[in-house]
Amino acid sequence: MSDHIVSAFSGELEGLSADLLRMGGLTEAMITDACSAVTTSNRPLAKTVVEQDKTVDALEADIEKRITRLLALRQPLASDLRTVLAAFKVSSDLERIGDLSKNIARRTLDLDPAESIESLKGVPRMGRAVSLQLQAVLDAYSRNDAEQAKRVWAADDDIDQHYNSLFRETLTYMMEDPRTISAGAHLMFIAKNLERIGDHCTNIAEVIFYQVTGEYMPADERPKTPLIGA
Amino acid sequence: MSDQPSVSPKVSCKGVDVFYGDQQVIHNVSMDIADRAVTAFIGPSGCGKSTFLRCINRMNDTIEGARVEGLVEIDGENVNAQGIDPVTIRSRVGMVFQKPNPFPKSIYDNVAYGPRIHGLVRDQMDLDEIVERSLVRAGLWDEVSDRLDSPGTSLSSGQQQRLCIARAIAVGPEIILMDEPCSALDPIATARIEALIDDLRQRFCIVVITHSMQQAARVSQTTAFFHDGRLIEHGETEMIFTNPADTRTQDYITGRFG
Ligand SMILES: Nc1ncnc2c1ncn2[C@@H]1O[C@H](COP(=O)(O)OP(=O)(O)O)[C@@H](O)[C@H]1O
Ligand SMILES: [Mg+2]
Repeated sequence: MSDHIVSAFSGELEGLSADLLRMGGLTEAMITDACSAVTTSNRPLAKTVVEQDKTVDALEADIEKRITRLLALRQPLASDLRTVLAAFKVSSDLERIGDLSKNIARRTLDLDPAESIESLKGVPRMGRAVSLQLQAVLDAYSRNDAEQAKRVWAADDDIDQHYNSLFRETLTYMMEDPRTISAGAHLMFIAKNLERIGDHCTNIAEVIFYQVTGEYMPADERPKTPLIGA
Repeated sequence: MSDQPSVSPKVSCKGVDVFYGDQQVIHNVSMDIADRAVTAFIGPSGCGKSTFLRCINRMNDTIEGARVEGLVEIDGENVNAQGIDPVTIRSRVGMVFQKPNPFPKSIYDNVAYGPRIHGLVRDQMDLDEIVERSLVRAGLWDEVSDRLDSPGTSLSSGQQQRLCIARAIAVGPEIILMDEPCSALDPIATARIEALIDDLRQRFCIVVITHSMQQAARVSQTTAFFHDGRLIEHGETEMIFTNPADTRTQDYITGRFG
């Protein structure tokens, strides 16, 4: 697409998208670090994640301010309007992803390493799957790739299946050995948080699809596994 | 969105071409215009919006060297057909221009002028009633009811523009054409006119030419984008401003190079 006659406007839109990608990169690392911290009882790493969440919050607040200004002063229309609205929603989804990662990291501080539970080993695997979803959707965002966004969106079902199997496995351990109940409860929350992060990735995918095509993703086409305990 | 989707269009244009001398400035434009709704014409200066607008009330007849081809119908009736009096057409189609142009007469006479020359009134009471009703509908009555004898030109430019709208509706038109009606007005006067346009669409078929994308978005239900004498895109205003189909529309409304 050609540039705006007012080139500062193009610059502002590009700046917005660059900062969102930076925010996305940060949250992506937070997911991985939070999962790693919680499975290896790495408290310093957990604290880093908690700290990083403040940076993500500040980025979101700044992006929101700039979007408000852009709406008031530039009054964007058509694809520009969609771009700005998308940025607004993506930044709020990323902020939520940051929060959820922080929640996961915090459990490191509450989990007694002596009371560990075998199924905790499943956390990094699910964390990796979720973080790959985020990576893929940010990639779609940076390339304005509606098809890629649709793939991410469809792949959320894998995350849901991950969640169900981790939930089932943890429940089995908890029933067999009551000493794992406390750790198991933490684990179920962690799995739920990761599942929620997956949902935010699909939100972002829907937003990208709308931004690029001007149309809404057909809601009924997505494969959907019912969640246990949901 | 129009509240009551009308069945047949108020105005229907088919294959309209307009020439000034041997220069063609409107190329094969076909468009239906809905009744009781506002249609906005947008597009770069010189693309032919005013020229096309003037086809609807045969105003191009008055322009030296202008020639219109193709079909323009109001309620299914060809406005260019033989035996149709352009004066009758113009009483059915009111027009409001960019610069408010009240006659150098009193506020009252500005509004009374049309009904008088078209012989629409029996007596003074009749005329008083039309003048009051038109000024009320134009949202001006409360501001001028105690000084109807003052010259129209003594009003502020926003009031003058509403006076011109009152003058246009006094003859009981069905269609109102507005060619950049707010470009000479400040934001408050503009907001008043926009509110008035929104009000008037309950009764009239309205076409507004505007250079303000925000104004088109605020007042119209349908938007037509013209470029180089051609109708590029015509559709629901909401669609045009969120997801236009043509890249030329997109480039124009987002302020990009064509
Ligand atoms: N009376 C006229 N004689 C010759 N050319 C004209 C006349 N009026 C307009 N034009 C030309 O016709 C084209 C369309 O003009 P116009 O309808 O006024 O465009 P717009 O209203 O979109 O700015 C322009 O190129 C303009 O120069
Ligand atoms: Mg014009």
